[in-house]
Amino acid sequence: MSKPIAIVDYGMGNVGSIYNMLRKIGIKAKVVSEPEQLLQAYKIIFPGVGAFDAGVKQCRSSGFWDVLQEAVLEQQIPILGICLGMQLMAESSEEGRLPGFAWVDAEVVKFIATDDLKVPHMRWNTATLEQETPLFSCTEEEKYYFIHSYYVHCRQASDILATTRYGNQFVAAFQHENILGVQFHPEKSHRHGMAFLKQFAEVFSP
Amino acid sequence: MSLAKRIIPCLDVRDGRVVKGVQFVDIRDAGDPVEVARRYDREGADEITFLDITASSDNRDTIVHVVEQVAGEVFIPLTVGGGIRCTDDIRRMLNAGADKVGINTAAVFNPEFVKEAADKFGSQCIVVAIDAKCVSAESEPKKWEIFTHGGRKGTGLDAIEWAQKMTDYGAGEILLTSMDQDGTKVGFDLELTAAVSHAVSIPVIASGGVGNLDHLVEGITKGHADAVLAASIFHFAEYSVEEAKLHMQKHGIEVRL
Repeated sequence: MSKPIAIVDYGMGNVGSIYNMLRKIGIKAKVVSEPEQLLQAYKIIFPGVGAFDAGVKQCRSSGFWDVLQEAVLEQQIPILGICLGMQLMAESSEEGRLPGFAWVDAEVVKFIATDDLKVPHMRWNTATLEQETPLFSCTEEEKYYFIHSYYVHCRQASDILATTRYGNQFVAAFQHENILGVQFHPEKSHRHGMAFLKQFAEVFSP
Repeated sequence: MSLAKRIIPCLDVRDGRVVKGVQFVDIRDAGDPVEVARRYDREGADEITFLDITASSDNRDTIVHVVEQVAGEVFIPLTVGGGIRCTDDIRRMLNAGADKVGINTAAVFNPEFVKEAADKFGSQCIVVAIDAKCVSAESEPKKWEIFTHGGRKGTGLDAIEWAQKMTDYGAGEILLTSMDQDGTKVGFDLELTAAVSHAVSIPVIASGGVGNLDHLVEGITKGHADAVLAASIFHFAEYSVEEAKLHMQKHGIEVRL
């Protein structure tokens, strides 16, 4: 594999952490801040930390919005959304008022804190596999790092790859054709995160 | 649902070196922060926290370089606190590879800063650090006050009310340090920890006073903390992070192994 994976740098992501991990596992990657460069990408990683509307605005003001639409919908380049990046792939979020990319039939909703349920969901947690995927196996010892107050609710069960329980069950990973999203942070999930990104880089082919 | 609790080794860093003092004085050198962080990562730490206690502003950049180096090879969440006063400071730390920043004194002097920071960067990366001291007499109901400047200056703010206010202002987590216990190795202030944990809807990290592995267990079972933080028991290799986790597991606490 000679073509690099493009990491979208639209001003809302921890691009450095993702780049560092890919470098560590020997995957060629490039942090892209010029939107047009995405169209040449072999695969795309779309990170994101922060609020939903801020993410939408940054995508638009940085010029990535339209290019992402083209790269993902027309060119069908495989894309991995992480955390807010995953949420932005949905239609809408309770966190904001602006529409998301709507690549996946899903909405983003908030956890309700209770005495037993601290929000944000900030911990290492397991996931349960909902359908076969080469990306991960979701065994009991496979824990991923989550840090979020909102989560994705998919309307099509066929899009759901894995779920996690925190109070209620939520989507830990979805896939709709070339569009993949994970709520956890593989780039912060130590060896299991490395294994996941390696599978995305080398094996994932929708 | 996994209820795994986090163990967070903390590195107090001064002028680019790990140090540890007792109640913020009597500082001992404990090594190179990058080396120490690497060891904690190997041992299974769930996160690592850096607390920059560099006194002179000339040496402020040293912590940025430490974070950059650690983030290049350690793939668990990193928090940096100490001297975070404006959104530019936060951006600098996040760009260096930190995932969260701890805000302490600046929050006390300008609570709106926490709101601004949470709006800009998201609550998930804003940790409000609270240094509290018990100020009630023995016969009175317990009361804790917020102190700043490494525990030297009282603020008149009630710790529980402050924790609730910071939650409302968008903090994603509270790092709660008992200034009475810090460095003493007699265990967390469990009453304080439980009182704050019950008062807020966000995760609370217990800190200050850990001297043995039972203290970590108590922080969870009696203090109801979501995570436990310790420094010296890990620095001087009295215990490894892995031993700490196995000990917690033996006491019925779920951990990531």
